[in-house]
Amino acid sequence: MEYLVDIALLLLLVTVAMAILRVRDLYAGAMLFAIYSLLSAGLFAALDAGDVALTEAAVGAGIATLLFLAVLTLANRRERPARGNNRLALGVVVATGACLIYAAGDLPDFGAPDNPVQVHVAPYYIENAYTDMGVPNMVAAVLASYRSIDTLGEAFVILTAGLAVVALLSVPPRRRRRAFSGPCRRTGERRMRENGILRVIARFVIPMIMLFGLYIQFHGEYSPGGGFQAGVVFAAGWILFALVYGLDAALKVIPERVQYVLACLGVLLYCFIGLLGVLLGGRFLDFYPLLESPHAAQQTGIVLVEFGVGVTVAACAMLFFTFFARRKREIEAVEAREDD
Amino acid sequence: MVESVLQVLSWVFLLTGGVFGIIGGIGLLRFPDFYTRLHAAGITDTLCALLIMAGLIIQAGLGLASLKLALILLFLLFTAPTATHALAHAAMVDGVEPELADGSDDPQSGEH
Repeated sequence: MEYLVDIALLLLLVTVAMAILRVRDLYAGAMLFAIYSLLSAGLFAALDAGDVALTEAAVGAGIATLLFLAVLTLANRRERPARGNNRLALGVVVATGACLIYAAGDLPDFGAPDNPVQVHVAPYYIENAYTDMGVPNMVAAVLASYRSIDTLGEAFVILTAGLAVVALLSVPPRRRRRAFSGPCRRTGERRMRENGILRVIARFVIPMIMLFGLYIQFHGEYSPGGGFQAGVVFAAGWILFALVYGLDAALKVIPERVQYVLACLGVLLYCFIGLLGVLLGGRFLDFYPLLESPHAAQQTGIVLVEFGVGVTVAACAMLFFTFFARRKREIEAVEAREDD
Repeated sequence: MVESVLQVLSWVFLLTGGVFGIIGGIGLLRFPDFYTRLHAAGITDTLCALLIMAGLIIQAGLGLASLKLALILLFLLFTAPTATHALAHAAMVDGVEPELADGSDDPQSGEH
């Protein structure tokens, strides 16, 4: 029975991937990407990987789609078809694919108990995570404590991505872009914003989204969740507010400057906890010296480190949205000046 | 006895939910214009989700899982119709005209 679910999900994944390749309308492409992410999240859930499923649903289907749509307000709706002869590219792709399929024959069997991945460090984690840290969600223990330097690197990757977007989009737009908007886009936006139903429902839903974000942030030790998912969910609540009430109102709640500071503070909190371990006589990102009781020390360290990740992820996601949303207004201002 | 009644009830809910999902999908493919398609999709969002969730709640029995499912159901009941409404409203604001049976292109809903 479970095989049937897996097979159905995988077939749908392949179908959606084909559709993404063929579709030329970028809005439809963004939506198909969201469906693809939801399907993979379902597949992860079917494999009992709750944390990964939650991440895929929150990041892939949630925030990534929102950011795609924000970018598409700046771009043409349709993909420009590629010209010319692509036989060389086809040859390279076919050769690479053939090599990969050949190499896949040497991979160990899927899910076999003597796979390297099952006999390397995983047995140690599975046997000792709970006695070492008293954290029921093993994924949180591995992510934030055993492998906390990897996670620090991931937090820095997110911060770097945020900085890259800021650096790229801080350059003021210069030339006129080709027309990409419908005739009444401005008034259309206003009329959507004045829609009472959306405002009321948003007012009801946004606090719930933020509460849920806090729940998966601080419940991540016990159930699937953690800093990455929580940060994204929290940012999604803020972005929903910006979509319904306007970017200006949203920037009044969390100003851009605060977003910068938070993005850096999250990573700094992470590093600070790591250095605290050194100062108290342990190693970098060693949580045991933090408190007397080893379990309490580990849990404190994990919660604080995850909180740092959550703050950085949320602030960076908000920064992405702020910059993409404001870019459109800057371009329109340039166009208005050129029209005068 | 109660056990089997609940099982049957839950499967009836799940299956009718699935049937409504399929009907919504067929409608989505076969209806002529945006608004009627949205109508079909709206049924999948509300009735189908409601029935499937109800079936799953019965399957889960009283407990934390069924409480969480009930909360998801509550949120779906708020967000799904809102999403449908937002889509329809956006289409109207953008000037998508419904296709009328008599072929005239003059719906009073264009601007008001």
